[in-house]
Amino acid sequence: MALMTCRDLSFAYGGETVLRGVSFTVEAGDYLCVVGENGSGKSTLIKGLLGLKEPSGGSVELGDGLERREVGYLPQQTALQRDFPASVFEVVLSGRLNGLGRRCFYSQEDRREAERNLERMGMLELKRRCYQDLSGGQQQRVLLARALCATKKLLLLDEPVAGLDPVATGEMYNLLKLINLCDGVTVVMVSHDVEAALRYATRILHLGHEQLFFGSVADYRRSDALRRLRGGC
Amino acid sequence: MILLEMLSYPFLARAMLVGLLVSLCAALLGTSLVLKRFSMIGDGLSHVGFGALAVATALGWAPLAVTIPVVVLAAVLLLRISQSSRIRGDAAIALISSGALALGVLVVSLTSGMNMNVSNYMFGSILTVSRADAVLSAALCAAVLALFTLFYPRIFAVTFDETFATATGTRAQLYNTLLAVLTAVTVVLGMRMMGALLISSLLIFPPLSAMRVFRSFRSVTLCSAAVSLACFVLGMVCSYAFETPSGASVVAANIVCFGLCALAGKLLGR
Repeated sequence: MALMTCRDLSFAYGGETVLRGVSFTVEAGDYLCVVGENGSGKSTLIKGLLGLKEPSGGSVELGDGLERREVGYLPQQTALQRDFPASVFEVVLSGRLNGLGRRCFYSQEDRREAERNLERMGMLELKRRCYQDLSGGQQQRVLLARALCATKKLLLLDEPVAGLDPVATGEMYNLLKLINLCDGVTVVMVSHDVEAALRYATRILHLGHEQLFFGSVADYRRSDALRRLRGGC
Repeated sequence: MILLEMLSYPFLARAMLVGLLVSLCAALLGTSLVLKRFSMIGDGLSHVGFGALAVATALGWAPLAVTIPVVVLAAVLLLRISQSSRIRGDAAIALISSGALALGVLVVSLTSGMNMNVSNYMFGSILTVSRADAVLSAALCAAVLALFTLFYPRIFAVTFDETFATATGTRAQLYNTLLAVLTAVTVVLGMRMMGALLISSLLIFPPLSAMRVFRSFRSVTLCSAAVSLACFVLGMVCSYAFETPSGASVVAANIVCFGLCALAGKLLGR
């Protein structure tokens, strides 16, 4: 069974439908890129998949024993976080929140898991550093480590390379591909970088207030949707 | 010495106790409020508190029994407003707080005239601290300390990144409401001693001072609590020694401390 099955999803803000007719599946091991122009409903879809926004129609079904709170989410960074006084370790450890249940404090196991994920990101030596002193690329890797603390199965990322320089962008894409291939974590990413999506993803979902394309990268290269996004040439 | 002399007066000892408890609560809650960009809520609440207190006094009702529910209600409302994207949050808070202040002034001047009472509400008086205040502030302090020790991981997550916390199954809205309600009670209890116009400084100064020097959430929270307690004692001692108003003296101590912390932060290269 698929990890996630969406049937005829639609979303509305204050009665105005911003996204309709979205149907797709996410299989375990997929690397799905959600592309589309600004305001095409990409971030809204991610919020819907996380249960932060109720769909106005259709359904999201989770399979393979995946629970909604076991999804690792990497949100777009807010201005508030950039100058937040927190150590790197505090931020990553907060990813274990969904495993706390009725406990009040993090266990040794939680701490080890947070350290393991920092190491995966090559950030362990920065553990005690202050989050706000890091570069944009490092901050993003800390947030990715936090998301990995929350999940073993599915990562949802909202524009993970927004605001990063070309080197940090390349590193971020390589890290994600590595996590996807080596650790078998399914990746669903919102991006407006179509070329990177074509290079790294296995499947593409193209939105423009409705579903314009869903399928493999090979099929997408031949599609009208891609031609239109690239400027109709 | 001077501190022992102060504690030999029962009313002063009681005022010190209530003040220390309220300062501790304010510093802890303030850390979260300042980081979430909710500082204005504290200020708004104190003005609403002034209005409610004036109305309660004019009608001869028990001041705490009326003020606490009204301010708690206002806290929940202000939280909603500042989270709503449709209304300009900061403007709406300014409207509500100045509206409540105006109502309070009108009611006071129509009933008892603008006298000592108003000045007491605005700038505080330690003589107004009652036995009920002491009991309530002990209960409040227990609640705030319990919240910050037992739910520390959740408070951090909700303060740092509400969206992530909600996505991983934490009821962020519940913690926000809890913070707002506890802040409301803190404001009401501290308001009569510190003054309606000065109480919000207890929420805002200590965390800001702590942030100049410390760079992790845990150290900022602990330092903020320590700074708040120290500044309160220092302010009260100065107030006693130089016969200055207590609320303003505590705020002055906080300003000096902030300056020192900013200087220390600069020297440490932060």
